Amino acid sequence: MSNRVSRRNALVLGGGLMLAGCDQIAPTRPARKAFLGTESLTYRVNRLITPRNALAPEFSGGDVSPIFRSNGTAHPGSPDYARLLADNFASWRLRIGGLVAKPLAISLDQLKALPQRTQITRHDCVEGWSAIGRWTGPVLGPILQFAGLSSAARFIVFHCYDDFGGTAYYESIDLVDAFHPQTILAWALNGQALPVPNGAPLRLRVERQLGYKQAKYLRAIEAVASLDQIGGGNGGYWEDVADYAWYAGI
Amino acid sequence: MRPSGNWAYRHRWPTRLWHWLNALTIFILLMSGLMIFNAHPHLYWGKYGANFDPSWLGIGPTPQGGGELRVFQAHVPTTGVLGHWKDQHGHIQTRAFPYWATIPGRYSLAGARRWHFLFAWVLLLGGTAFFIASLINRHFSRDLKPTRAELSPGHLWQDIKDHARLRFPKGEAAARYNPLQKLAYVGVIFFLIPMMIGTGLAMSPAFNATFPQLLVLFGGRQSARSIHFLCAMGLLAFILVHLIMVLLAGPIREVRSMITGWFRIPEARP
Repeated sequence: MSNRVSRRNALVLGGGLMLAGCDQIAPTRPARKAFLGTESLTYRVNRLITPRNALAPEFSGGDVSPIFRSNGTAHPGSPDYARLLADNFASWRLRIGGLVAKPLAISLDQLKALPQRTQITRHDCVEGWSAIGRWTGPVLGPILQFAGLSSAARFIVFHCYDDFGGTAYYESIDLVDAFHPQTILAWALNGQALPVPNGAPLRLRVERQLGYKQAKYLRAIEAVASLDQIGGGNGGYWEDVADYAWYAGI
Repeated sequence: MRPSGNWAYRHRWPTRLWHWLNALTIFILLMSGLMIFNAHPHLYWGKYGANFDPSWLGIGPTPQGGGELRVFQAHVPTTGVLGHWKDQHGHIQTRAFPYWATIPGRYSLAGARRWHFLFAWVLLLGGTAFFIASLINRHFSRDLKPTRAELSPGHLWQDIKDHARLRFPKGEAAARYNPLQKLAYVGVIFFLIPMMIGTGLAMSPAFNATFPQLLVLFGGRQSARSIHFLCAMGLLAFILVHLIMVLLAGPIREVRSMITGWFRIPEARP
């Protein structure tokens, strides 16, 4: 018994030393540089080895998750959102602005009148779970082109109606993902209008990245040259508040 | 020059360098991986899997106020270690793996992912360099490849009996790897580590677009996640046995040979 306890203590000690070392190193400047360098390396290597339009796997109807769970905000609490929901999003407009020649305000009916794409894809949460669902909506790329995207634009930012303690959710992607054929603005999940917990009336699907990039409750899309002046400057809500990687391809 | 006794040059520098780099890398990957597991402590088979889907493994608190590991229908009480444990400050926590087994020590999925991917690159690049070096210096073919005779059932059975009786080779034979040792190292280098890298990449939604065949090979992302976990436990089991064998075979002799390359041959006692 005492032998077992001391072996466990040795394990605890070993683990503790490793952990104490790592926890002291993590906030230092060299460690931050190494972490951010790793993210940049992963991003660059992925872009290098992956054809620009390589598709995320698509599945058959039989693969769809029986229940597509929601995560993060399940119901935005703002009075603005409550008003929009009350009239079934008839007065909702998606504003497209920033570095574009023609800023737009598009209604849900106008979005549904555009050429649509339906795709059965897998949603991977950063936590580790996956759910498969069938998404329908217009492809983002042609909408950006129609708005006259400026050649100065480098990123597309998605502003949302949901907030966490007053800090609005937002996300951003690069132009490779913005113009990817599977990057759609989804208004339907599994053939039904997008439920509120899943982001009604409209959410982003950017299928080669993790769940926190799939911004829900879209309010506006903004083309920018740099992410520095948006939110906390790291390209997204979770990137700002919890140091999640901006590039969520892994 | 050297203290008396017979010495053999046992480990070339690429082997030694990779061994110690890997010792650090695997521990950081393992401990940050356990923290990533803590974010969703359930494992599934197939293409999808989330809270409403049946999981084959789960770790967490019980309604009775303890902790448990569940594998299929088997419930193993783990109060104090998994799913219900005290942190550094004596507070009860109900995450799956305890603070002393994870990096970082306090719950941080983002922090764990930072460590995990940094050292995943070290594992991939270091492993590739070691692989090439070991082909060139013939470490694989000379030291690790079991001979036909060593793989015969009689020979293997003898080796198993020797291990069970803790009877280790003396003399010149001690400088070479024995058959079970070779099989263990081959299993780690050619199976477990490649599987860790393969299943890790199969969980990346970006890499699924780059190379979708990998996902098919493992039977879907949640299967890949389960296999990733199982192979990590396999590596942990290897490390524990490896450390015990080093202790039993003579820790000073063994560790010195992995630092300097030179192995002091234990004398055969009459």
